[in-house]
Amino acid sequence: MVERQSPLEPEYHVGSHGNFEHGVEILLTETRPGSIVQLAAWPGEEKKLIAAIRAVAGLALPDGAGGGLSDGAKSAFGFAPGKFTVADEAEGLAAAFARVVTPAIGTVTDLSHGRTAIRIAGPKAEWVLAKFFAIDFALPAFPVGAGRSTTHHDVFAQIQRTGTDQFDIYVFRSFARSFWKALCHASEEVGYEVQ
Amino acid sequence: MLITCPYCGPRDVIEFTYQGDGNRERPDPVSQNFEAWNAYVYDRLNPAGDHNEIWQHSGGCRAHLRVVRNTLTHEISSVAFVRGDHGSAARSKAEDKP
Repeated sequence: MVERQSPLEPEYHVGSHGNFEHGVEILLTETRPGSIVQLAAWPGEEKKLIAAIRAVAGLALPDGAGGGLSDGAKSAFGFAPGKFTVADEAEGLAAAFARVVTPAIGTVTDLSHGRTAIRIAGPKAEWVLAKFFAIDFALPAFPVGAGRSTTHHDVFAQIQRTGTDQFDIYVFRSFARSFWKALCHASEEVGYEVQ
Repeated sequence: MLITCPYCGPRDVIEFTYQGDGNRERPDPVSQNFEAWNAYVYDRLNPAGDHNEIWQHSGGCRAHLRVVRNTLTHEISSVAFVRGDHGSAARSKAEDKP
């Protein structure tokens, strides 16, 4: 298997950085999922697509806009009407979905090489992200598992909350290094660690 | 200016792209009725008040929206999916529970 290279590599410096004398309040990692897949249902076929996600990924998505779920290895969330992002640590998710999501139900787009997944965790994660995105990161407004699509200076980002103080951000691979550098700068004042 | 996307909730106008006047009706593409085409391309109501507009949430869920905006105050009085059948996906169920 060919080793996949990270677009963050030249700027990915493991260790503690910034103002960390009083403790590290942000953890930054690249999660490098083996598969990132985007699913879209034709109008009226949404329920069948949600059933397909349950069958393939074992995740029973909650109803409603931006509803999502993560079991640690696999994650799924809605990011637009009838559209979902599903990620898996293992490869081969697109092929598995292609067998279940028939052309009558909707479409499967393999974005494994097109997106970079960055995880920001720690007590100041909400606070740092609030500097980037004009959306409400408070837990009642953005529950665990839920997804949001928004932009930071025209860099489109899909964000899933995978813990009370943990978020996974999916950005275009070509913008990922620039976004990563901005995220590091924004985390400097509270002290961050790259793992 | 905030637009409350039926899927994403209230978002800054910077995430949206204006797609034009929502009052226009496009003539049949094979139509040679030049008056109808002229009206479609040039005629605008230009109201001082509520105006029907089409916006796309291009920096979010990418859905096209029918928006009624007051041209004097920028107050948004209604937002709906252009394609009404997105209704089942709309915000409210999972999101607005405390």
